[in-house]
Amino acid sequence: MKFSLGPVLYFWPKAQMLQFYREAAASDIDIVYLGETVCSKRRELKFDDYIAIAHMLREAGKQVCLSSMTLYEAPGELRELRKYVDNGEFLVEANDVGAISMLQQQGLPFVAGAAINCYNQHTLRRLISMGLTRWVMPVEISGQWLSEVLNQSIIADIRDCFSTEVFSFGHLPLAWSGRCFTARSENRSKDQCELCCINYPQGREVKSQDGSSVFVLNGIQTQSGQRYNLVNQLSTMQGYVDIVRLSPQQQDTFYWLTKFKANINGTAPQPLPATDSNGYWLNLAGMATG
Amino acid sequence: MELLCPAGSMPALKTAIEHGADAVYIGLKDDTNARHFAGLNFDQAKLKEAASYVHQHGKKLHVAINTFAQPNSYQRWQQAVDMAADAGADVLILADIAVLAYAAARYPKLERHLSVQASATNAAAIDFYRQFNISRVVLPRVLSMQQVRALAHSCDIDLEVFAFGSLCIMAEGRCYLSSYMTGQSPNTAGACSPATFVNWQDNNGTLESRLNGILIDRFAPNETAGYPTLCKGRFKVGSDTYHALEEPTSLNTLDLLPQLYAEGIKSLKIEGRQRSPAYVAQITKVWRAAIDAVMATPERFNVQPQWQQVLAGLSEGSQTTLGAYHRKWK
Repeated sequence: MKFSLGPVLYFWPKAQMLQFYREAAASDIDIVYLGETVCSKRRELKFDDYIAIAHMLREAGKQVCLSSMTLYEAPGELRELRKYVDNGEFLVEANDVGAISMLQQQGLPFVAGAAINCYNQHTLRRLISMGLTRWVMPVEISGQWLSEVLNQSIIADIRDCFSTEVFSFGHLPLAWSGRCFTARSENRSKDQCELCCINYPQGREVKSQDGSSVFVLNGIQTQSGQRYNLVNQLSTMQGYVDIVRLSPQQQDTFYWLTKFKANINGTAPQPLPATDSNGYWLNLAGMATG
Repeated sequence: MELLCPAGSMPALKTAIEHGADAVYIGLKDDTNARHFAGLNFDQAKLKEAASYVHQHGKKLHVAINTFAQPNSYQRWQQAVDMAADAGADVLILADIAVLAYAAARYPKLERHLSVQASATNAAAIDFYRQFNISRVVLPRVLSMQQVRALAHSCDIDLEVFAFGSLCIMAEGRCYLSSYMTGQSPNTAGACSPATFVNWQDNNGTLESRLNGILIDRFAPNETAGYPTLCKGRFKVGSDTYHALEEPTSLNTLDLLPQLYAEGIKSLKIEGRQRSPAYVAQITKVWRAAIDAVMATPERFNVQPQWQQVLAGLSEGSQTTLGAYHRKWK
């Protein structure tokens, strides 16, 4: 079982990003995903900055993968995607089928991210034939659903052609919109957002009127109010989850990496904070804890 | 320019045809479509009846099989495709890559449209789906008019847009908010904010709506209480309580009709398979008149006040919006 760091979903200042990746380089993470996946206006780090970080991480012994955006709406955004596809050295994570189309045309292997709608063995098999080498399943499906896909004979036969990865820690990315909710929360239009996401390095919390945490606003992305945390499910993942993904949080990401690694076999279970949930994996509502 | 109307039942379907729809879209009575609601939709016999009624009137029947097939019951999605083909549907509206591939191989001559649930928002994504010989793409409701225009210019494929109805503000097919709160989402169960999880409570005149225990909204006695669709609740962000994601409002593109027509948009879709025949009748009448007017003299098209009046009366919270089509949307 390997561990990965997902792309940073929030808009952090450049210095904070560089600091985070220096820590990543020094940590015992195996795989690091890099890139802006939420909003094309966030340009604290440009493509060349990400490539420089990628080289630094590779020299530190990490496998690096470039994550592309989830919601492409404008031709200029597709030109930026083309740069990722043509990078020439690193594997690319596709979060929109448009990226798969470009990667397939170049004959390149790819990671299908969690926002690619792959819910069954026939779709998975087809994506494998197009070049998929790693499948990050949609966040909303359960461990049982995953095992049902993998146990189908048309997948079991080619199980050595791809690896599986599960989003296991962090606020879950749940939706993407044409609207920027962070700008809306400051009563600005999307066109006049003034990049206000940079003021919210953990997103903006949305609470119900009686005080329950419901969602987190992260620009055009809506995240889960609860932090997802599968630290106590790792032993049940053995055999069919190859890579466990931790999504970078403002705090304690590497602390939790240590806790995860210690509990691979279930020998060091962790009490789950009340702000954490694990429902999706257990076939419950995502916000639930089982 | 086609007027494509929703029908959740035979009476709604007949009403849509009678009032001027060029085509009607329907779904089967299970979770193979994204409006899987109790008491709604068509079984095999009704499906055949629907096809024959629509064809007698020289119109077209589209069948939505637009959820994502599940590993242990994949056959149900195949059977849905078989059933629609057998009944004589003119078009399948599909989202799952595997189901698209199956339909393209098994029924190459049966037209395939890419469902909005496939979430194709850009030219590269549309290119991806061309391998399944789709003839039309239904665009998600997250694009601005400018972006729709750019796609119409750059993609050599028919485009369909949502013209009126409930407004999904998230890129369709990639929204998991409903399963986060209830365990069921459009992708996995064909439903958003399912009614079985809804609870209403009156607290000394204040009406509270909850979804699986989560407070979605509170209504004062003088306020109209809307269905607790989870993205349309009033929540707290910082010190403000407001519709953090979206107001209860309906999409209405009447004002954009000349532009949509000028860009060669092939079809205008009216949302609302869950709506009553009376709703379908009124909506169809207005849009038939508007499309006829724009096609007759596009340069002289004017939105009639009585159309807007009817549409406002049929809208959520009696409010309408241009949604993402309008750049200033916030």
